[in-house]
Amino acid sequence: MTEIVVEINGRSIRRQIEPNLLLVDLLRQDLDLTGTHVGCDTAQCGACTVHIDGHAAKACNVLAVQVDGSYVTTIEGLSRGNDMSVVQAAFKEAHGLQCGFCTPGMVMAATDLLSKTPKPTEAEIRTGLKGNICRCTGYHNIVKAVQIASGQTTV
Amino acid sequence: MTSTNAIGEAVKRREDFRFLKGLGRYTDDINIPRQTYCYFLRSSVAHAQIGRIDVSQALVAPGVVAVFTQADIDASGPVGGLPCGWQVTGKDGAVMKEPKHPILAAGKVRHVGDPIVAVIAETLAEARNAAELIDVELAELAAVVDMKKAIAGGGQTVHAEAPDNLCYDWELGDKAAVDAAFASAAHVTKLDLVNNRLIANAIEPRVAIGHYELANGDYTLYTTSQNPHVIRLLMGAFVLQIPEHKLRVYAPDVGGGFGSKIFHYAEEAFVTWASKQILRPVKWTADRSESFITDAHGRDHVTHVEMAFDKNANIIALKCETLANMGAYLSTFAPSVPTWLHGTLLAGQYRTPAIHCNVKAVFTNTVPVDAYRGAGRPEATFILERTLSKAARELGLDQIEIRRRNFIKNDQFPYQTPVAVVYDTGDYAASMDKAIELADVSGFPARKAASKAKGKLRGLGVASYIEACGIAPSSLVGSLGARAGLFEAATVRVNPTGSVTVLTGSHSHGQGHETTFAQVVAEKLGIPMESVEIVHGDTNRVPFGLGTYGSRSLAVGGTAIVNALDKVIEKGRKIAAFLLEAAEADIEFKDGSFQVKGTDKKKAFGEISLAAYVPHKYPLETLEPGLEETAFYDPKNFTFPAGTYICEVEIDPRTGEVVIASFVAADDFGNIVNPMIVEGQVHGGLAQGIGQALLEHAVYDDNGQLKSGSYMDYTMPRADDLPSFTVATTVTACTHNPLGVKGCGEAGAIGSPPAVINAICDALSEYGVDHIDMPATPARIWAAIRAAK
Repeated sequence: MTEIVVEINGRSIRRQIEPNLLLVDLLRQDLDLTGTHVGCDTAQCGACTVHIDGHAAKACNVLAVQVDGSYVTTIEGLSRGNDMSVVQAAFKEAHGLQCGFCTPGMVMAATDLLSKTPKPTEAEIRTGLKGNICRCTGYHNIVKAVQIASGQTTV
Repeated sequence: MTSTNAIGEAVKRREDFRFLKGLGRYTDDINIPRQTYCYFLRSSVAHAQIGRIDVSQALVAPGVVAVFTQADIDASGPVGGLPCGWQVTGKDGAVMKEPKHPILAAGKVRHVGDPIVAVIAETLAEARNAAELIDVELAELAAVVDMKKAIAGGGQTVHAEAPDNLCYDWELGDKAAVDAAFASAAHVTKLDLVNNRLIANAIEPRVAIGHYELANGDYTLYTTSQNPHVIRLLMGAFVLQIPEHKLRVYAPDVGGGFGSKIFHYAEEAFVTWASKQILRPVKWTADRSESFITDAHGRDHVTHVEMAFDKNANIIALKCETLANMGAYLSTFAPSVPTWLHGTLLAGQYRTPAIHCNVKAVFTNTVPVDAYRGAGRPEATFILERTLSKAARELGLDQIEIRRRNFIKNDQFPYQTPVAVVYDTGDYAASMDKAIELADVSGFPARKAASKAKGKLRGLGVASYIEACGIAPSSLVGSLGARAGLFEAATVRVNPTGSVTVLTGSHSHGQGHETTFAQVVAEKLGIPMESVEIVHGDTNRVPFGLGTYGSRSLAVGGTAIVNALDKVIEKGRKIAAFLLEAAEADIEFKDGSFQVKGTDKKKAFGEISLAAYVPHKYPLETLEPGLEETAFYDPKNFTFPAGTYICEVEIDPRTGEVVIASFVAADDFGNIVNPMIVEGQVHGGLAQGIGQALLEHAVYDDNGQLKSGSYMDYTMPRADDLPSFTVATTVTACTHNPLGVKGCGEAGAIGSPPAVINAICDALSEYGVDHIDMPATPARIWAAIRAAK
């Protein structure tokens, strides 16, 4: 067992964990933060995307011990109560989600993209989100959602 | 958002808040106290005799609760195999071969992924670790992979019950009429087509949690299903023999289905059975590698087609021979896909007077194949639309003109096709015209010239599809071999203060029913959408249901809701007549109020509901209190959405790389309740169809190993693989349901593969390339260009 101290969604967490525990399992199993999803076992689908120290990362591909001393934001930490972040609201506005399973990872990836490229072109959006697979939307409305969130268009 | 007249409005989805906040409740998010975890030891070879199974070390491994094989299941009492829900009768009345499909492998393993032993432990890691201690003797047999070799005779058989691996040999249509037409043909176009094997790949992997409660003998199965009542029926009645009143099947938020979550899977039956053995809940969650080798695959047809024309390029006959892969066992609806969901669509949008199709279904040592978005209809459309575009080129005709010339005309509806079905309505020229306009077809030569100046090839591809949704009526599908009805049920429960709870047998796993259905209810009752709750996915709450697949939810499930609403309004009129001291015939329901015609005397909907539940002043002698009605709706016919898609591609001849320059979809879905949701459905279908045409392929090697068994190998369409789409609709209302709706869930996946391949073949025509198989990868295109040179 190894002790880690990590700030998750603004709360400091101190835990004794197995060194082979994945971050996504810490979130889902130990902390009941089930908004972060698991869609594959090869770090390809991006459903588990969270932010570590402000950068998008696939939580299935990070050991929990690696986030010792870091701050982690999950989809549950993106906005409070009935509020939605600009990106979350834009996804709703543009119908950028259907079954909702890839959505938390997609929103986290889009939020990261916009923090680095505030006014992305369509090509930059498509390249920026290619680490996240959506099987429902064909990406058309996801691209539109990111354009709305970046203030470049309305519906 | 508070509009009460909401049909036709792009209302934002009410389910989005929970999904966007990470508050969706998917099956894997559910954990039950004292839950155990199940891990399946699966076959790593495609075909083998199972010898001795030694589980002794696993049984004493840390955390292990139990280890089971099929022998344990057999010893526990009467347990059936996984049932098939459709029995196809072939030529000369020969009934299909239906080999037993045990929950865990018995005697032989028949595909990579076939489960052999189940280990249940306190944690998933402990179950996995213990499985590594199990010793299974497997005497490997030659794998049956290639369909033509499989039925050639003299090789291995997958099942002793099916000699030469033939499940059925089925035909539809008038062979003599077709032969006569071919004898008189001015031109015949021939093609050999492969409809590539695909994997649905819903991003949520399958999950099942079985929970038996000794206290009352009740079972609960939590599962990722598109149709929980169907699972309850199949698993309860046929496999585990649990009566419906003791079995609850609950499918909460489900992360996409696309067909793959229709079927009853072994893992569902196993965890339910095992929970009773160990008296603890048992949870199984597939990892993606497991999904690839256990979720039913889709498509996998090999077809030879011939189309005969008269001297004016009118189609006079069509014949096709298809081999359809069933995989190692018959999945729930597998036999219906290449037959009644495929052969019946071979008229397409055209007046072809004579059609004959023959389908041989083949067992192989591969994962079972069943319905995947479109299910049979994409295969039929690909046959017709590829053949027509090839014929146009051979005849020196424009690919649009050859279609127009053969379209069923508007005054010919209802139209009886030579392949059993009757189209109720359509306007095929209208969707064609709309697509041509949006695709700027007249500007194509200039764009082609511009591409050429850059050293690129440009092609334009057209495909006009028809699909059949809301498969029905039950009496017909029963005569065709279905072992279930295909109606839908709904209950409208008006609560005392006027809010409405709707219990629907349809299931939403991305389709947005909580919004669309609420729009219908709000409009019919004249109440705000906020007063309407849609409940689905739970056999303990919803009276009955057949679920969501085949683009049936609004046309069938929505109609059941409308019919229940009509009953509610009818009872409301009786109550209002009593309260308003008027004749029932004089009461009309308008804008949310019951009023006496020609007067200002009226009662609001909420006043009527309150009177129904607080019946102090109420016609109790003639009317029961309460306001709740149920309807079961069995459609009179399928619905027939149709449309035309136009794809434009640009190809780099040096690399074979294809870029989709534009994609236009013009669809006729009948009336539309929520255009935003409909567009989203089309986008998703297009992505899957373009994925089939350019990227996706489930490939087996000669030993029956799935070579494309992960997202590293199976090419899922990503954001940078696809363009933005141009979608539009034209409308002819369905004639036989009250909403006039047809269904939109599958169209995109049906019409787009031939549109893409036709565009590629158009671009490559200058090299004399007249066909390219899907997926049209850069390697294949480059090789085709090289071969032509």
